Parts: sequence; structure tokens; C-alpha cells
Amino acid sequence: MTYAAKNLTTGGRELIAFRVGGQEFCVNIMSVREIRGWTPATAMPHAPNYMLGVINLRGAVLPIIDFSARLGMKPAEPTVRHVIIVAQVKSQVVGLLVDAVSDILTVSDADIQPTPDIASDFERSFARGVLAIEGRMICLVELDSVFPHEEREAA
Amino acid sequence: MDMNEIKEIFFQECEEQLAELESGLLKLNDGDRDPETVNAVFRAVHSIKGGAGAFGLDDLVSFAHVFETTLDCVRSNRLEPNQDVLKVMLKSADVLADLTNAARDGGSVDEARSRQLIKELEALANGELPQAAAAEPVAKSTPTAAPVPAVNEEGFQPVAFSFDDFEASEPPAIVPSTFEILFRPKSELYAKGNDATLLLRDLSRLGEMSIHCDMDELPALGSMNPEAAYFAWKISLKTDKGEEAIRSVFEFAEWDCELDVTLAGGDHAGAGEELPMQPVPFDLSLLDEEVPASTGAAEDDEQLAAQQREARDNAVSAAATASNVLQMAQTARASAESTKCVAPASAAQAAAQQAASAATPTIRVDLDRVDRLINLVGELVINQAMLSQSVIENDTNGTSSINMGLEELQQLTREIQDSVMAIRAQPVKPVFQRMSRIVREIADMTGKSVRLVTEGENTEVDKTVIDKLAGPLTHMIRNAVDHGLETPEKRVAAGKNPEGTVRLTAKHRSGRIVIELADDGAGINREKVRQKAIDNDLIAADANLSDEEIDNLIFHAGFSTADKISDISGRGVGMDVVKRSIQALGGRINISSKPGQGSVFTMSLPLTLAVLDGMVVTVANQTLVVPLTAIVETLQPEASAIHSFGASQRLISIRNSFCPLVDVGRILNFRAVQANPVEGVALLVESEGGGQRALMVDAIQGQRQVVIKSLEANYTHVPGIAAATILGDGRVALILDVDAIVAASRGQSLKPEMSLAAAG
Repeated sequence: MTYAAKNLTTGGRELIAFRVGGQEFCVNIMSVREIRGWTPATAMPHAPNYMLGVINLRGAVLPIIDFSARLGMKPAEPTVRHVIIVAQVKSQVVGLLVDAVSDILTVSDADIQPTPDIASDFERSFARGVLAIEGRMICLVELDSVFPHEEREAA
Repeated sequence: MDMNEIKEIFFQECEEQLAELESGLLKLNDGDRDPETVNAVFRAVHSIKGGAGAFGLDDLVSFAHVFETTLDCVRSNRLEPNQDVLKVMLKSADVLADLTNAARDGGSVDEARSRQLIKELEALANGELPQAAAAEPVAKSTPTAAPVPAVNEEGFQPVAFSFDDFEASEPPAIVPSTFEILFRPKSELYAKGNDATLLLRDLSRLGEMSIHCDMDELPALGSMNPEAAYFAWKISLKTDKGEEAIRSVFEFAEWDCELDVTLAGGDHAGAGEELPMQPVPFDLSLLDEEVPASTGAAEDDEQLAAQQREARDNAVSAAATASNVLQMAQTARASAESTKCVAPASAAQAAAQQAASAATPTIRVDLDRVDRLINLVGELVINQAMLSQSVIENDTNGTSSINMGLEELQQLTREIQDSVMAIRAQPVKPVFQRMSRIVREIADMTGKSVRLVTEGENTEVDKTVIDKLAGPLTHMIRNAVDHGLETPEKRVAAGKNPEGTVRLTAKHRSGRIVIELADDGAGINREKVRQKAIDNDLIAADANLSDEEIDNLIFHAGFSTADKISDISGRGVGMDVVKRSIQALGGRINISSKPGQGSVFTMSLPLTLAVLDGMVVTVANQTLVVPLTAIVETLQPEASAIHSFGASQRLISIRNSFCPLVDVGRILNFRAVQANPVEGVALLVESEGGGQRALMVDAIQGQRQVVIKSLEANYTHVPGIAAATILGDGRVALILDVDAIVAASRGQSLKPEMSLAAAG
């Protein structure tokens, strides 16, 4: 499985787990800059539906992606209880709108199972693998593919 | 620090020297005969030569050397710097700049041109040779008449210069002769890392040498300035090498010391007895222990320092410099007493000169650091605005001390912002100087005689604006000379001065910089422009255009009126590009032309690209900022003024002309259906094509200066949006790209070709 094989290094790693629309996901803690509460975003013209707009992050303009909508699920209706995970993707910083941050996990590479074959290409492109923790299934997210590169080039 | 870094510094300095050189030459061209100007020019070339020598840039060295030689003729009054001479020199300065660039970037130079100029320069130097040759032997053979330098009021001391190394056919006499050398280092000599000991040691290698150290200037220990230079040396040197060899020892110290080389007692040995003082054998190794120190001007330094106590640092350097000038002025002093009398006067004069020219000390700072500071201050301003907004919201009585403090904070932040912006502000001088070169080159190519007059070159504007100004300005200058000005014959026939004048001025006007380019040429040939526009289908054959509209046609893409396409301009990629680049800078360009009297292009540009004056508007519940420069007027449309046009288009009638109405909310996809114009406000904007559009917004919130934030840094370019900013409430607002909005609206409706005809 190429998805599982890529970028896996030996030893334990720390992941931040979060909930979106009843499902659990996690990202590598190293790519997370900060976690902050929801503030209303300024809408961007001609933006895809999952692009909620931009907010002011201490003077920088930060685009916010609705993670739920990005995965093709129901678009979020942001409330003060929602959380923005500010993450570094390559040279850019983006915010991911999620329902809540649930956990910090320490796992070893052996715990990461390859993405099951049944998933469609669209979903699988976000997933680097899945984790089974205490009977829950947590999907390890590939941040690079969450941020819409294709769209950016098209725009 | 590796070699490349040092080299980079050298090139940076070269740029400064070249600018100095050019401005000096231009001053001379305007009739300035101040020896200090000639000196500055000479010094610039000399420094480039020196540095280039250190890096082994042979082309540069050899050219600079010839150039320097010719300049030296001017410096020693053997060559009158008339217009013709200066023309060659200005060209040489251009070639020198080319060579410097070639050495830096590895490009190539027009070798034929530089060779030609070398010949011309040599001819100039040699053209006066009979005179020079006649003067020099006299100086050499009669010691009594030997250069007791003529000292004029500016303290300029002509230095005799030998042409020995250019006149290979005339080798200097090999008979050993005794030279008397007075070497008086200034503190700068030591400050620049030179050492008198080493210079003296080098000198001793030339022949038999005896040294007397003159310690008269050494003050009491208490009043001694540890960094000053107090010693002078009188050297008697018997050598078979010429004066040239002696001077070359001091080549890199020349400007930082007082050097007087005279031929003593004829060609025979034993001249020592004739010396005014007894040579004392001197152990050079002793010098190594000596603390370098001393000018006689220590007391004078203090007088000066007292005058300028408020700026201590400046005072020190100014005083030091002043004392140099002073020392030069006193070369031929008879006694220490007379010195004291002359000193205050010339010191004051020198100080005045210094204040005017040498300016305050500067530092080089990375642009990145300044930008970071500007960003931080931008955030500070935003935070301050947010803070005061929330205080106002929570403060019921509005008289608390917090409010007072906030007001002060607001003032402080504004001041900080202004000062930080001022750091980036640079005078437009370098760009203007570049233009003078372009004028010269084009004038040469076209065979026209042109004079460039610049005004307000010290007007300051943000560095990014300056950088982006050079391109459009170059183009316009080319156009002005190539198309604007007539040939000398035509000018004479029209009763004008055969020499055309191009005037380039910069000034500040209501928070913007206005740059004007005026020529006294024939003006725009409106008939021709009109015909051309009709030929190119830009306007209808029967279109009724005002003079101004015709003039503005030249800003259209693919427009060129030159009868024949020349190398210089006229390829039709001209003024539209200029206009677009000016607009990209948030500026506007206008033209006014009078037949027979010339044309004036006026550019108005923002002082900085970091902040922008904008109108804050609301569109479909979103806050947007429209650059104020784009807005011509705002109006509240009445239902009777709105006319539907076809299925979805609407026009608004403004003073009996119809203007397409553009719904910003629709274009940006903020709403699905068109808004009702009567409920909104129309912003009349000037668009790229010269036509006007009315942008529909829901409401105007106010006018504000906003800090521009990049959208591309974390997101991507969005069509119709120029950038983002952060408003007082901490939210991001988008800045509208008016041209893109108009273009988008046009794409849906009118064809670009038709729009102008419709507007006309």
C-alpha cells in the first residue's frame, strides 16, 4: 500500500486528534501551529464551497477551510464551540475548521494501518492511514492534499 | 566575510561613486567650476579604479585609468571642461557604469564604444599636451618654482601629474634625483586601516631615504585625541625613480594625507646639505611602537565640535573632515601663528560645506529588516484600532483615563508608522540620474540636441515605487525625445532654440508624489493620432472626440504614431504599457499637449505601497475597500437615471452621458441576483481603457487609510481582488481590484474595441 508506506518513519509520533461530523481524524502535531476558537471569516469571491474565507491571525491573512465540506460531507455551521486548527502546509499557513479537538495521541508507526482498499479515490487521497485506538477508528490526514492545490493552479 | 561579500560591497560602493560621478559631471556641464566638484568627480573614478584593481577587474581599471588621466587634466586646469569635453566625459561615465555592471553580472560591453572613448579621452588629455609638457619640465628643473601649490579659497590644491606611464616613448630620466617629501597623514588615513609606517617603508625601498618626524603638532597629553593624527614626516629621498613612483606609494592614501613632493637641489647627490633641516637617520621599526596620532587641528576640532554639540557624532566626523580641508588650505603655511588665524574662517566655511554636502552619517540596512519592522508596525496600528474600538464599546461614560491613554497611544502609533515609512522613503534622484543617460543616448541616436532639466530630485518616495518607476519613465523619456522633440532644423524653422528641453520634475502634492515630464517639442499631432485610431479601428470614423480624448488615445494598446518604426521607440508597445505600470502602482497618468509648444505627462503616484487610502464600502454584507485613486465621484442613483439595456445590462445616465452600471456583488459572486441600484450607491471609477464605469455597492462606510496585506502569502490570487487589509474591528476586508472588476464586466458585455467608441 503506497499510502501507508509513504512518509513513515520509525519510532513513536505524536498526533492531534479531532472530530468532524461524528468521525475522528488526526494530523501530525508537528504541522500544527496553534489551535484557536472560531471567529467569523471574510468570504472570498469565486471560492469553492469549503473555503469559508479569511481571518486575521495577528496581522496575517489566514484562509479557513471547512474540513467537513472539504471531505464532501455536510458543510459546517460554525459556532463559538468550533475550533480552528492552524497548520503549516508547505510554505503556507491555513486554518482547518473542525468540530472539536479530542486528544493527543502517541503512536508508533506499527499502529498505523494502511488505508482500506474499499475507500474511493477521493477520500483515500486525504488519508495516509488509519489508526485503531480503544475501539475507535481515527483517520490520519494528509494535510498537503486537503489544501486545494489543483484549484489554486486553476485560479 | 568572504571575497564575494567584499566584492558585493565594492559594487554597491561603485554604484554610489557612479552616481556621484554623474551628478558631478552634470554640475560641471551646467557651468559649475567649483574645484571641489572636479575633485569629487576625480575621486569617484579614482576609487572605482582602486577597488577594481584590488579585484583584478582589468577592463574596468584600464578604462578608469584613462578617464582619470583626462579628469586630472581638468583638475589641474590644463583642460577646460567645456561642453564638448563634458560630452565625452558623460559618455565615459556611462561606459564606466556598463563596465561595472559587466564586471558584476558577467555581461558584455560594447567594446568598440569603450575603445572609441578611450581614444577620445586620450586625445583630450594629449590635446593639451604641448602646454602640459611645457609646464612640467619647468617644474622639474627649477626647484625654486616647484609646486608651492596655489591655494584657492576652497582649499583645493592642484597636484602635478606626470604622464610618464602613458608616454612610453619618453621614459623618465634615470638620473637619481633627490626629492623632498612632506607627508602629513590625517586621522582618516589610520581610520581606513592604512599605516604610515608601511607607507614609509615602501618609500624607503625606492632609494636612499632619510626621515625627520615633525612632532610640533603633538599637544599636551591631556588635550590629545587618541584617534587623531599628530605626526608629519619630512622625507628626503634620493631615487632614480620619478615623482610618479613616489606618488604611487601613496596611491591609496592620497586623499587622507597631505602630500607634497618636490624635487630638491637638482640631479646631484649630496643634495642633503641643501635641505632646510638636517636629515636624521631614523629607525623604521620604532614606528611600529608609535601610536598613530595627530593633526594640528585638534583645537580647531574642538571649536567645531562646540558649534555642533547637539549632534555629537556628526560633529566629530564633520570636524575631522573640516580639518582635512583646513589642512589642505594650509599646505604652504609659513608659521603656526598664521595658521591659527586662518583656521577659524576656513573651518567655518568647511563646516558649512560639509553640512550642505556630506550630510549625516548613514547605515546600510537589509530591506528585509525594514519590511519586517513595517509589518510589525502595521500590526500595531491594527491592534491599537481594535483596542480602542473595544474600549469605546465597553466604556459607557467615555471619559475614563483609559480613553485618554488610548488617544495618546493612537498618536504614538501614528507617529511610529510615519517614521517607519520614512525609512523606506528614498529620494527619486537615482532614477532621475539614470534618465539623463537615456536622454544623452537617444539624443545621440536621433541626432537631436536635448537638454534634460531635472527638478525636485530630492523628493522622497517609497523604495518600491522608485524601483518600479524607472521602467515607465525610461519609456516616456524615449518617447519625448524621439517623438516629442523636433529635429534641430525644424526647431529653428519654428523659431525655437535648436536645443530641445525635456523637463523632469518631482514634487509632493497632497500626500502623493507628482512626477511631470514636459518637452518643448511639437506637441501631439491630433489629426495624425485620430487618423491612426480610425485606421486601427479604435474609434469610429465619425466619432466626435475632444482634444483631451484624442490625446488619451496614445495610451491605447498597439498605438504608435511614429512614421517609421525606429530602434528607440515606436513599436507600438509604448504608452499603454506605461499606463498599466503606473496604474499597477496605484497611480494615474495624464497628458496635456499644446500644438507647437510641447506635451506634459503628469503622473501622480502614492508615496508608499504599504498603505493605501481607500473607501470602505459594504456589498452584500461584506466589507470591501475600494482604492480612493480609482474613484472619480460617488453618487446616489435615482430610479429615473437607470436604464435597462438588453437582457441584463443597465446603464446609468450621468449628466446626459450613459455609463455602464457594474454590480460588484454579482461580479464577485456574493449574491445571485442583481441588486436594486436605487438602494445602493454608485462609485464612478476611471478604468484602464479611459472609459468610466459606475460600480454599484450597497453603502459607503467611510474613508480610511489601510495597511495592505498580501492574500497570496497564505492563499492564492483571487480575480477581482487586489489584496486584503485588516480593519479596526480585527476582521479582514478585501481590497477591490477595480480594473479587474471593470474588465470582468466588459467581458460579459461590451467588446474592448467597442467600449471606447461607446464612451466617446
